[in-house]
Amino acid sequence: MENPDPPSMKEELLSLHIRLLAPFTGSSKSSSPDPITEGFEGGDFEDLAIFGMDKVTRLASEKGVVLFSKSSCCMCYAVKILFQELGVTPTVHEIDQDPEGWEMEKALMRLGCNGPVPAIFIGGKLVGSTNEVMSLHLSGGLMPMLKPYQTLC
Amino acid sequence: MDFPSTQFVSSRTMGTYEPIHQIGMWGENFKSISNPNISASVIVDVANKLENESETTSHEMLASTSKHDQEASKPFDKIQRRLAQNREAARKSRLRKKAYVQQLEISRLKLIQLEQELERSRQQGLYVGGGLDTGHLGISGAVNSGIAAFEMGYERWMEEQNKQICELRSALNAQISDIELRILVESGMSHYFELFRMKSSVAKADVFYVMSGKWKTSAERFFSWIGGFRPSELLKVLVPQIDPLTDQQILDVFNLKQSCQQAEDALSQGMEKLRETVSATLASDQMGQGIYVPQVAMAMEKLEALVRFVNQADHLRQQTLQQMSYILTTRQAARGLLALGEYIQRLQALSTLCANHPREPA
Repeated sequence: MENPDPPSMKEELLSLHIRLLAPFTGSSKSSSPDPITEGFEGGDFEDLAIFGMDKVTRLASEKGVVLFSKSSCCMCYAVKILFQELGVTPTVHEIDQDPEGWEMEKALMRLGCNGPVPAIFIGGKLVGSTNEVMSLHLSGGLMPMLKPYQTLC
Repeated sequence: MDFPSTQFVSSRTMGTYEPIHQIGMWGENFKSISNPNISASVIVDVANKLENESETTSHEMLASTSKHDQEASKPFDKIQRRLAQNREAARKSRLRKKAYVQQLEISRLKLIQLEQELERSRQQGLYVGGGLDTGHLGISGAVNSGIAAFEMGYERWMEEQNKQICELRSALNAQISDIELRILVESGMSHYFELFRMKSSVAKADVFYVMSGKWKTSAERFFSWIGGFRPSELLKVLVPQIDPLTDQQILDVFNLKQSCQQAEDALSQGMEKLRETVSATLASDQMGQGIYVPQVAMAMEKLEALVRFVNQADHLRQQTLQQMSYILTTRQAARGLLALGEYIQRLQALSTLCANHPREPA
């Protein structure tokens, strides 16, 4: 790669996003009217959601445990405590304090997080919300995933 | 006294306009208070006011007309007399207005009290009276029926539960095949999952109901953690009754117990934070009147989070049961379910004994 921001990668990213959003654009006007997005053309919404997805995937692909949270969310607080107990310090992004928080929220919901917070990514991969983390932990599958990122011995 | 009729008519018209306007204003305020005690006195007051006002105004008009037309001939004291009558009428009017306002204040306080009682009754799942706001009728009706449906469902659930416990007991004693035992274990687990679904449903209607564990006996409530048993505690109690376990099983159960405890701690701390948030929201320093204040509305939003916690706790219980069914053999799982069922039955018996054998003071 010659330059730091190659257009081909951007195109790839964009096409990936369009594919991800394909089921939700165009014909989705008739289903589930969203008061926040009412009045938006399908094209506008696509752009905004792309921005949100862009930011979410960029932040989520950071090394280690990434937690999307809201400062007012007590369930997010509980998940933070759990990671602390397990010796891991996640990178926390409070989307209610982010200027693009709404787009990120939409993107997380698109990815299947109903909360939409807390949303947990480990090593760039989406683990899910509280349900998934708890199930994973009780089945013994969470600790092996966290091992490389544990800060306490 | 003869006055030009047109002037007299106009004064009358003018005299009657103002009081009606004023009464119109008072009438608006009056409509919102359905207090029969006030209506009679107000009607009397208003009627009197109408009389006084028209008298006063027409007197004023008469006085000014009389001054104009016959200022030279009318004696001074006649004017004085009329002015005195004016003052008297105005004074009476003011006193009546004061009495009316006092009645309004009393009615307002009564209304606030009624609103508070209504709110309290609604939260207890009873709906007392109606008519204040038909919109609320629907909501509390749904809560009522949600709780009633749950309690009926729980009674059926408990009957089925006791039946299953008997079946498990006789099955384990009779040494039936593993396949048949597996069916009993699966239906036992599904039965618990059904209870979690029922709880989730009623939590949407009234989350405090689920948190209080009202449908359970007092001894069960004693061990309550976020609307049910603490999974790690149950493991501690029941695993010794499932002996013998292999070394691998002992390790797996130990790990499961530890994971449970960590998850429970996290949820407990989250709950504590939620309590603080709700408390702070309700106590926030704002000028408000009555109980329909912004703080209460804001606290209602926080209750959505409480529903999440209740569901998460049940999810934890469900996952614990699921994992145990993977770790244990069919026979061990059957014994575990039997032990759990009997443990709950003993707690219920304890509650009944406690209630029927109060301790004599020494």
